[in-house]
Amino acid sequence: MFSLIGIVIVVVGFVLRMNPLLVVTVAGLATGIAGGLAPLEVVAAFGKAFITSRYVAIVWLVLPVIGMLEHAGLKERARAVVAGLRAATTSRVLLVYFALRQITAALGLTSLGGHPQMVRPLIAPMAEGAAENEYGELPQATRYRIRANAAAVDNIALFFGEDIFIAIGSILLIRGFLDQNGIHVEPTQLAIWAIPTAVCAFIIHGTRLLLLDRKLRAELQRKPTDA
Amino acid sequence: MITLEHIYWLTGLMMAGVSIVNARDRTNPRRFNNTAFWGIYAVTFLVGSYLPDLASGFLVIGMVLVASIRGLGQSKSEGSSREEREASAHRWGNKLFIPALAIPVFTVLGTIVFKKITFNGLPLVDVKQVTVISLAIATIIALAIGMSMLRPPLSAPIREARRLLDAVGWAAVLPQMLAALGALFALAGVGNVVSGIAQRWIPLDHPAAVVTTYAIGMAIFTMIMGNAFAAFPVMTAGIGLPLIVQKFGGDPTIMAAIGMLSGFCGTLMTPMAANFNIVPTALLELPDENAVIKVQIPTALALLAANILLMNFLVFRH
Repeated sequence: MFSLIGIVIVVVGFVLRMNPLLVVTVAGLATGIAGGLAPLEVVAAFGKAFITSRYVAIVWLVLPVIGMLEHAGLKERARAVVAGLRAATTSRVLLVYFALRQITAALGLTSLGGHPQMVRPLIAPMAEGAAENEYGELPQATRYRIRANAAAVDNIALFFGEDIFIAIGSILLIRGFLDQNGIHVEPTQLAIWAIPTAVCAFIIHGTRLLLLDRKLRAELQRKPTDA
Repeated sequence: MITLEHIYWLTGLMMAGVSIVNARDRTNPRRFNNTAFWGIYAVTFLVGSYLPDLASGFLVIGMVLVASIRGLGQSKSEGSSREEREASAHRWGNKLFIPALAIPVFTVLGTIVFKKITFNGLPLVDVKQVTVISLAIATIIALAIGMSMLRPPLSAPIREARRLLDAVGWAAVLPQMLAALGALFALAGVGNVVSGIAQRWIPLDHPAAVVTTYAIGMAIFTMIMGNAFAAFPVMTAGIGLPLIVQKFGGDPTIMAAIGMLSGFCGTLMTPMAANFNIVPTALLELPDENAVIKVQIPTALALLAANILLMNFLVFRH
């Protein structure tokens, strides 16, 4: 029971808005000690786990290129392209990206997206640019809302697309775990049963995306900008 | 053979560069905090594989202290004006997309091609890590294309990396930290305690109740651990296999597939899944670090309900 102390620390720390790095470290050390390790053993275990998790950070290698292109006006260009498309609205831009991301993830192409390499430099500026087309200069709060939606689209499309691909990590994990328990399942079967949820995800989030245009219209026409 | 270790060296060099640029920037009032933070991080990449675990542990604690006592700062200088960027965008036009799109295109190409290339009987890259290695190689290609096209000063890429990395700040390290926390949770047996509680306190004598508990349990436990992969073995061993499959005769394939996706609903709702939910708020410069989670919660809850219905409907059909 005492080993749950780490969860308590994390919840309290996040609620009190303390520095998450500090909260997570304290939670980790407390959990290790509660689990019966000596203090130095816990520090070593934490260090080892941190080192073996370094692959998570490799995505930051895209920053030099993205930063250089941003300096050269990549975001502005992404906005301009959308400005040239009459039919482009924020909802439609995000819906098209959602569909592309979900389909490509289902084909195993999970790296055709991501927040640092696609959402920040391309998708978010395009979605903002589409709204600017219609309403002119946007209030800051609206920009933030559109950007948050762009980030969410990337996540949801990825999560509920990738499981349809048979060689993805989660399918391999399920298969390995069930094998250990004496149950043999086919990856193709697992992938097929991920399809109903994928369809639901597209319907549910697609509908919400279509409603986003309405929300923006209601919000921005109620408080017209001085022009 | 190119392995993950080489990619770590590259990442380490970039972090070291970011640290050095920070050290020389007098416009950042906390420049030495930034220097130390990214400098220590660079060390964990460059020599982390050879350090004793205890030394790595103290390096990590050092980073945390630097980031939480007084905290990291940001440079006040540089950054081009909007007019400059508009002019540059006009000048380069759609060519600007070439290096940006080269990253995903070459990553995908790499994952397909590298598996087939061998050199003296050995694969050219470590096949188990092919996606990550392809991403790293694709960024190098994209950088080369961008540099030869735009011809900026040689130091531009690292200065730009510094600008973006400092904008993200400590959140850049949070996903890795949470992965380490997950490992300690596993070591201390947190999962067994949680599934024990679920089994003891929740009425599990009706198939629909069990299926609902399993799906919601996957979501909640994923929210706590920040990762459905950590929740799946615990919940499936604790509730899924003994009750849904053995007691009520449910189909394990359908249960596992939809169970994992129920966990993903939890991933959408938790700050513990920092790389998906917290890092993008930093990257997109949103003032509310829960902004992305707030957008995702309605979809996640509706989808969790859909999963519960689907599993109830499908899992006992055979």
